[in-house]
Amino acid sequence: MLYKDLVIIGGGPAGLAAALEAAEQGVKDVMIVERDSGLGGILQQCIHNGFGLHVFKEELTGPEYAQRFIDRLENTGIEVLLDTMVIEITQDKRIFAVNSKKGVLEIQAKAVILAMGCRERTRGALNIPGFRPAGIFTAGTAQRYVNIEGYMPGKEIVILGSGDIGLIMARRFTLEGARVKCVLEIMPYSNGLTRNVVQCLEDYGIPLRLSHTVIEIHGKKRVEGVTVAKVDENLKPILSTAEFIPCDTLLLSVGLIPENELTKMTGADFDANTQGPMVNQWMETSCEGIFACGNVLHVHDLVDFVTMEAKLAARGAARYLKEKDGAYRQMSVIAGEGLRYVLPHAVGVEKMLDEKQNFFMRSTRPMKKAKLAIESENGTIKTKMLSYVKPSEMINIELGKSEISKAAGHLKFILQEEGASDE
Amino acid sequence: MSDKRNVTCIICPVGCRIEVEIENGNILNLSGYRCRRGLQYAKDEVTSPKRILTTTVRLKAEAAHVLPVRTRAPIPKSKLKEAMQELKNVSVAAPVNMGDIVLKDVAGTGVDVIASRNWS
Repeated sequence: MLYKDLVIIGGGPAGLAAALEAAEQGVKDVMIVERDSGLGGILQQCIHNGFGLHVFKEELTGPEYAQRFIDRLENTGIEVLLDTMVIEITQDKRIFAVNSKKGVLEIQAKAVILAMGCRERTRGALNIPGFRPAGIFTAGTAQRYVNIEGYMPGKEIVILGSGDIGLIMARRFTLEGARVKCVLEIMPYSNGLTRNVVQCLEDYGIPLRLSHTVIEIHGKKRVEGVTVAKVDENLKPILSTAEFIPCDTLLLSVGLIPENELTKMTGADFDANTQGPMVNQWMETSCEGIFACGNVLHVHDLVDFVTMEAKLAARGAARYLKEKDGAYRQMSVIAGEGLRYVLPHAVGVEKMLDEKQNFFMRSTRPMKKAKLAIESENGTIKTKMLSYVKPSEMINIELGKSEISKAAGHLKFILQEEGASDE
Repeated sequence: MSDKRNVTCIICPVGCRIEVEIENGNILNLSGYRCRRGLQYAKDEVTSPKRILTTTVRLKAEAAHVLPVRTRAPIPKSKLKEAMQELKNVSVAAPVNMGDIVLKDVAGTGVDVIASRNWS
């Protein structure tokens, strides 16, 4: 059995930032366990630019963003186990992992940071009728084929779902000479960042068809086309609008699911909306000494926020290793009207690491102008006006220690649309 | 007669909607931007739109597949296709360091294409 102070599961952006921050905080015995043959996680296939504007104040590609962290690992003493898959974790922080060289490894950690990321929703989650021909890919799989393996999965492409990876792949396929016929989105608004709709679709004249979905996939051996239809306000297809679009490839960009099989083994409390564990202000789960950050906690749209969150988790873990008091039941944070979730789920002002605490949240629907109010049992703590709120763009609000200390009972975040009728 | 164009800034995730008033190719007024970079982006967008190109080139290495590359700076949008065409014929031998020049002066833009990851 191996003994480690801090084990980090996952060597993507969350795991890398957490490991480096923990080392900086003086944690000596840090180990990263990564199932892939290299570090960087999904960033290595995200070759497009747009990363790092918050953290590095410059625009980097995914691999460049990852490399900044990988380069810093040297001389830190952080141990990295590659090609190693964690298969079990217990409540008392015992980790079982396997690799082809050492077989089964058993590691007893004093603290654990979960940074396993997320995976894509597949066709099975959508129940689209039709045969099971070749040519149906999740957007991320297609991204790996094109950007890492170097081959094209198809020539005539229809993309279902306007998630960011789908939008990015629409541009990538077009640049590589394929024809992207359209992007279909079942909701009446795009599910990706506005900048991606502009630079990936509008730049290349690719139509974004809102309130549309695929109702049938044609072809037996290879995709031959899809039938698409408009949907009504209940998202039910309107059959009279059905239309056949020939294509050889269907890409799915229909959402991401935090990969929490391991987290569930610890018995940590879960949030049904994020599909990740509940955490307090140090990103600690309800399971003492086990922390979570990045897409395993909730799906992010910007890696910069993953980095910020991972650093917080690392500082929480460093603090836990020193003081050995964790998993406090504290003042709960509630997502009220207009918000799908707010993170962290609990705060305790006496135990805050900094003078300020970041809160991350997502709206339930797009709003042009909205008022965010933070309330407690003894009244409103703070209000802030926001413009162009979208469910796909995470809202990040900072509250000072003095503001949080004014609250009693709970902190409730409410988002209300303002002046909906203008323009 | 002046013309109004709406530009969505792509510099950062805020995605400001910037209104640009143009007359005979001259910018009369800009509004809705929240930073200097956005102001510059909107000006460029109506006069000569530019983009950073990110793509891959072939890698002459054993296990290798393709190497991610990017233009060091934004290049005119109208040159993207030509740049892709030129890069089709480029292949690089490992080891490669992030930032190494892969192709000089792509599509006559004066901008170099550089590697965006290490490959040993």
